[in-house]
Amino acid sequence: MFDNLSFKLDKAFQTLKGQGQITEINVASTVKEIRKALIDADVNYKVAKEVTDDIKEKAMGQDVLTSLSPGQLLVKITNDELTGLMGGQSEDIKIDGSPAIILIAGLQGSGKTTFSGKLASYLKRQGRSVMLTACDIYRPAAIDQLKVLGEQVGVEVYAEPENKDAVKIAKAAIEHAKKNNYRIVIVDTAGRLAVDEQMMDEIARLKEALNPSETLFVVDSMTGQDAVNTAKAFNERLNFNGVVLTKLDGDTRGGAALSIRRVVDKPIKFISTGEKMDAIDRFYPDRMASRILGM
Amino acid sequence: VGKSTVDDEVLDNLEEILVSSDVGVETTLKIIERIQARVARDKYLGTTELDRILREEIAVLMSESNSQDVAEFETPSDKKPYVIMVVGVNGVGKTTTIGKLSAQFKKKGRNVVLGAADTFRAAAVDQLKLWGERVGVPVISRGMNTDPSAVAFDAVKEGLDRNADVIIIDTAGRLHTKVNLMAELTKIKRVMQKVIPDAPHEVLLVLDGSTGQNAVIQAREFTKATEVTALAITKLDGTAKGGVVIGISDEFKIPVKYIGVGEKTEDLQVFNKTEFVDSLFKRNG
Ligand SMILES: Nc1nc2c(ncn2[C@@H]2O[C@H](COP(=O)(O)OP(=O)(O)OP(=O)(O)O)[C@@H](O)[C@H]2O)c(=O)[nH]1
Ligand SMILES: Nc1nc2c(ncn2[C@@H]2O[C@H](COP(=O)(O)OP(=O)(O)OP(=O)(O)O)[C@@H](O)[C@H]2O)c(=O)[nH]1
Ligand SMILES: [K+]
Ligand SMILES: [Mg+2]
Ligand SMILES: [Mg+2]
Repeated sequence: MFDNLSFKLDKAFQTLKGQGQITEINVASTVKEIRKALIDADVNYKVAKEVTDDIKEKAMGQDVLTSLSPGQLLVKITNDELTGLMGGQSEDIKIDGSPAIILIAGLQGSGKTTFSGKLASYLKRQGRSVMLTACDIYRPAAIDQLKVLGEQVGVEVYAEPENKDAVKIAKAAIEHAKKNNYRIVIVDTAGRLAVDEQMMDEIARLKEALNPSETLFVVDSMTGQDAVNTAKAFNERLNFNGVVLTKLDGDTRGGAALSIRRVVDKPIKFISTGEKMDAIDRFYPDRMASRILGM
Repeated sequence: VGKSTVDDEVLDNLEEILVSSDVGVETTLKIIERIQARVARDKYLGTTELDRILREEIAVLMSESNSQDVAEFETPSDKKPYVIMVVGVNGVGKTTTIGKLSAQFKKKGRNVVLGAADTFRAAAVDQLKLWGERVGVPVISRGMNTDPSAVAFDAVKEGLDRNADVIIIDTAGRLHTKVNLMAELTKIKRVMQKVIPDAPHEVLLVLDGSTGQNAVIQAREFTKATEVTALAITKLDGTAKGGVVIGISDEFKIPVKYIGVGEKTEDLQVFNKTEFVDSLFKRNG
């Protein structure tokens, strides 16, 4: 794919042979190819436009009489640009308060419950005392699912199967955590669509009541153009601290990562790479950039 | 699309709408080329004609794939029991779609039996059983961490013994890149044929409506493993448009049968091409 893209770019550049410099005219068709590659990778249409405009700026006037082919040079500029956009200093999750609360939010089926289990295990391996809380009171067997995962990783799961008020459950969970000296409480919540007013209100109330030190937005890396709408809407209600990108063990190009970063400017803190409880990793912007470009 | 001649601006605007609905660059260009061809032929076109032509051209891509709108939750009368195997990547809505689908068949007076062949994901069997209780259909299970093929075998056999009209097999979500898990699906399918030689009569691939271009690869790989015969697109109650399915339908000639529009029992609809195309041009919000 990498070869594929730089080959296409080289072809787009063929007219420029002997000109030695990238100019407005000869860069136009090349930039179009890059834009197409980004959209094929599910980068949002508008974001792809903005990013390729920036790339064009950077490319203009660059010397192509180097060892790189013009196509390779453009790919390198693009790769650096994407890495920069998704990078910045890598941020850890904040663990503040006693107990510190980590609130997990996102669309249906994005991987919240699975990630909750993984994060609990990850923190436990760092020697911290962690508790999980089941606040999805809607999905059939959501509580059982979290309980099974909790058991797998050896972390207690607080639940009230009869209680139909997520905020009350969460508050009771914190009391339980205090009594039992847990330092961190991870709160799993139901999946919800950004257009579901009632459900968005519930998650906003959860945040208000819990004052979490970290609110994480969990996104399926296979998400297409809608990623920006959803991320924006969740961010407006929750002002979340970071993003978790799931299901990266597949072959999706994962353009949503770039779109979300660009639109809400929040760091991607973790990636999820499988169904098993140890399939959690830090986020590496350079790897993601290469992936988006199909390299 | 709000202009009276088809100039570049109109086409750019169209491109933006289609690409923003996950139609994908290639299919978008295909649609635009078709429109340009019509424009060249019919010379001048007004806004209303353009709207109509656009809808027609998209519909043609989907009807070329035999995507004739299916009759309301009917199964062929000469296939009893009618066996449906439900497949797809993780978290797309397979189990929920099965719950909703069972309710629709039940409403038509059909006897439904479910098979809990997702024995892997935490509490997957419980989830299907709760759906079974909710809609009043039996669930055949061997519990968690058992052989999914054996469960599928049991469910088809039980369904036959109980004189069921429809048997639906839930399977674990799996990414199409996992070779062993895809081979497992092929095996599940084969084992059912020991009971009913032409089963499953339908292999329903569930796609998440918010998925982008990866859905094309999903369709390709699941078709390789199980010969997918129908698609369901879920989560169209949000702002995602599910446009990727146009290219899939065109490339693989697989009809879209159902759409999911919510988490409740009644939130499943038979796919309607016209409504689907219309929804692409509806503004969000
Ligand atoms: N392959 C893979 N599967 C994953 C990953 N993360 C989660 N899953 C699977 O995706 C499916 C959905 O995960 P859940 O954790 O139930 O998602 P959720 O967001 O809690 O779903 P709801 O509570 O219904 O909104 C399950 O089959 C998980 O096993 C991942 O990183 N890779
Ligand atoms: N809004 C909305 N949510 C849906 C729809 N269909 C399913 N869901 C939700 O999506 C989540 C995942 O659904 P499941 O049925 O568990 O998905 P699955 O494909 O069986 O998941 P795995 O078995 O883990 O691979 C649940 O929270 C469902 O309630 C739909 O049409 N609209
Ligand atoms: K929609
Ligand atoms: Mg969950
Ligand atoms: Mg399932």
